[in-house]
Amino acid sequence: MTDLRVQLPGLDLKNPIMPASGCFGFGKEYAQLYDLSQLGSIMIKATTAEMRLGNPTPRVAETSSGMLNAIGLQNPGLEKVVGEELPWLEQFDVPIIANVAGSLAEDYVEVARAISKAPNVHALEVNISCPNVKQGGITFGTDPDVARELTRMVKEVSGVPVYVKLSPNVTDVVQLAKAVEQGGADGITMINTLLGMRLDPKTGRPVIANITGGLSGPAIKPVALRMVYEVRRHTDLPIIGMGGVTEVDDVIDFLSAGASAVAVGTANFVNPFVCPELIAKLPERLHELGYESVHELIGRSHRL
Amino acid sequence: MIKQEKMAVVSQQEIAKNIFELTVTGALVQEMTEPGQFVHVRVADSFEPLLRRPISVAKIDKEASSFTMIYRAEGRGTTLLSGKTERDTLDVLGPLGHGFPVEAAEQKAYLIGGGIGVPPLYELAVQLNARGVETVHILGFESREAVFYEDKFRALGDTHIATVDGSHGTEGFVTHILNALPNDFDTYYSCGPTPMLEAVQWAYPQKKGFLSYEQRMGCGIGACFACVCRTTKSETDYIKVCSDGPVFPAGVVIS
Repeated sequence: MTDLRVQLPGLDLKNPIMPASGCFGFGKEYAQLYDLSQLGSIMIKATTAEMRLGNPTPRVAETSSGMLNAIGLQNPGLEKVVGEELPWLEQFDVPIIANVAGSLAEDYVEVARAISKAPNVHALEVNISCPNVKQGGITFGTDPDVARELTRMVKEVSGVPVYVKLSPNVTDVVQLAKAVEQGGADGITMINTLLGMRLDPKTGRPVIANITGGLSGPAIKPVALRMVYEVRRHTDLPIIGMGGVTEVDDVIDFLSAGASAVAVGTANFVNPFVCPELIAKLPERLHELGYESVHELIGRSHRL
Repeated sequence: MIKQEKMAVVSQQEIAKNIFELTVTGALVQEMTEPGQFVHVRVADSFEPLLRRPISVAKIDKEASSFTMIYRAEGRGTTLLSGKTERDTLDVLGPLGHGFPVEAAEQKAYLIGGGIGVPPLYELAVQLNARGVETVHILGFESREAVFYEDKFRALGDTHIATVDGSHGTEGFVTHILNALPNDFDTYYSCGPTPMLEAVQWAYPQKKGFLSYEQRMGCGIGACFACVCRTTKSETDYIKVCSDGPVFPAGVVIS
């Protein structure tokens, strides 16, 4: 019997697979398709203090083996998420990781304080890496001092462990990882999308209304894997890895590079059953590779 | 209920210039309830192209457990789709969204379609006729070579065709035909380019109307928030074309 369990700060995961924030809403749509209790965890859509309508459309564009999005953190706001979305998710036996975002540091603090009190929220994911909003988001994720200070402020008010979601749009991701570690982060989630754009060749106009968007999907996996590998070498914080995970060997790769669990984003749009399918395939693949637990595999690329 | 199924291709043929009619079979058909719903189709098993393509349902045959899509091959994805043959299977997610309410029509309905918005009106016409509703079809196309299903619509009721270049039927847009037709219907249904939907909506403010919208989609099930529209129903929220629509009562969507 292959052991899929993973223990992380605040998170007792029955398996290492979870949908990534922004790709799964608050779970309602996918709950029509399968039992969400199968999932290791759910990273819910970013929540801000006030509701946000997000960016104008078009908000998505397909690219080679990937897609660009600029949704702009559309969400119903803290009150509704805490009052409606999270209580609805309580029917499932699954720990929730709440993605926290804002324009100002005080917004993050307000959301973190309130949302971490929800009984099914077992950890926070501080979103300092959204590339699609004018204020907040990535502006907190590119300067190590700012990232450290924000992490410290969130950590101070949060009732649950705090993970910080890192951006790949930096020169040295390790420096950012170390900064949030110093700020007291309990873990790291990485990577968010890579900033990109697509033009209409007929007109020269950007396809996405926001002009730029975040690139995700299989196209970004090599970048994500490299960054997880580097951060694993230089910090001790547990990592939830993501970026283009689509197939079971992508999960194997991220675990090998040093992630303790793996989030699945864009692949949910291509195959809405991808998360339960990966969970079902993982034991056999681990067994084929000679492993009896996920735990044994984590970080193996660093032990060769 | 939404299903994901590898459906078998029954037939595929080009029925007008770059317009393909594709019929597939599988258990998913039994889940289809309303005309105007759509399916989300994966055109390749690889990552290229990555995302599914939303395609409307033109015909449902529950006895044969098959359904027909009509689409225009113009981009990478739909061009690949047009290469599928009887030897292939097709990864289909659906049925998705809310379609046209057939029970809304009383005696006579106008079905107004433009271009690749015409296909879902066919199944709608079939179902309305089965309920004893008289249907009049006003269909607009670019030119003669882009016209499809004219005879099939004629078999179900009065059918008027407009082409932009005047090469077939009335020259101009569907609105030119509408201006000359009597106002003796109780309900209209429309699918096509957004400016056409707007024009139709303005033409009949006093009638019951249902409009099918299009927007660039990601997931197709309401989770990714890509295909949103502003709505008259709320200043503080959007509606999603994929899961709240694609069909909305007239006056709901701000386009």
